[in-house]
Amino acid sequence: MNEQTLFVVQRISAAILAPMVLVHLGLILIAVEGGLSAEEILSRTRDNVGWTLFYGLFVVSAAIHAPIGIRNILREWTRLGWKAIDGLAMLVCVILLVLGMSAVIAVF
Amino acid sequence: MEKENSLRVRVWRGSESGYWTEYAVVARDNQTVLDVVTEIQRKHEPSLAYRFACRVGVCGSCAMTVNGQPRWTCRTHVKKVAHDGQLAIEPLRNLPHIKDLVCDLEPFIDTWQRAGAIFQGQSTRSDPPQKVDPGSKPRKQADSALQCINCAVCYSACDVVHWNRRYLGPAALNRVWTLLNDERHSEQEETFNKAFSRDGCSSCHSHGNCTRFCPVELSPASSIAGLKKMAFSGPQARLAHE
Repeated sequence: MNEQTLFVVQRISAAILAPMVLVHLGLILIAVEGGLSAEEILSRTRDNVGWTLFYGLFVVSAAIHAPIGIRNILREWTRLGWKAIDGLAMLVCVILLVLGMSAVIAVF
Repeated sequence: MEKENSLRVRVWRGSESGYWTEYAVVARDNQTVLDVVTEIQRKHEPSLAYRFACRVGVCGSCAMTVNGQPRWTCRTHVKKVAHDGQLAIEPLRNLPHIKDLVCDLEPFIDTWQRAGAIFQGQSTRSDPPQKVDPGSKPRKQADSALQCINCAVCYSACDVVHWNRRYLGPAALNRVWTLLNDERHSEQEETFNKAFSRDGCSSCHSHGNCTRFCPVELSPASSIAGLKKMAFSGPQARLAHE
């Protein structure tokens, strides 16, 4: 993926994440007010296609957005070469995807 | 009395490693920082190395760091920058230091080459001059980014260059912006791709130091922002539709 594509993809993923983060934060506030328990969370998410799609998209967007930013930080603050930087960024992407999607699937 | 009429000027001597030397220079009503440096060299320290040519803000040779900020010294009045009659003058940041106040500009010039900031026409000398609408949006945007004097003040002010010396930097990318808004430039795609290469315009953090310190009041930050917007459309679409 070239720099132009990475730049565009990071902006688009940011545009997707911005409103989703607000919804996510709002949900946390509302959820905590009623007492936070595994049962309460599962009652909301189990068999709920809407929340599964919401958090599925959230995880994919975050897994795309964050590694591109980390790639830039590594370039500016370390002496690593591009191969190592791209490898680490890809690793972060895979970790976020696996952890995030497994969490989404677990509560569906 | 003498103390009131003199400036305490600290000047960097040496190259990457060196030391500060302080000189007392007569304070005058009309005095630029370059005047001060010249007076030091002529009256106090003949071996002091510094660079200048036109003395009127055209050539871009005399840029130095004055009290921590990059300046064109020939057009910087001492009264504007001195703190309590004190000046600290050192070479530009982000460039190799050769001797005293002189930098090696090669890395800066190299960014222009790497950025593809070279005009490539498509007509020959036997063709009539190409007509350019001075009122078109691309032309106006190109015009607003012209007149760079290659002083490297923006390159020195840029924090991203400081972190990553491979970054193309504001001056070269500003030049690229003028070319991508110039319908006569035939290598739009090549120039665009070089600007968006690794360590290209997408590395910019939009701090705006380039614009803040540009002595001829250009806005490389705006030019780079324009380049970033082109990421969504490509270079040709812009000229075709506007």
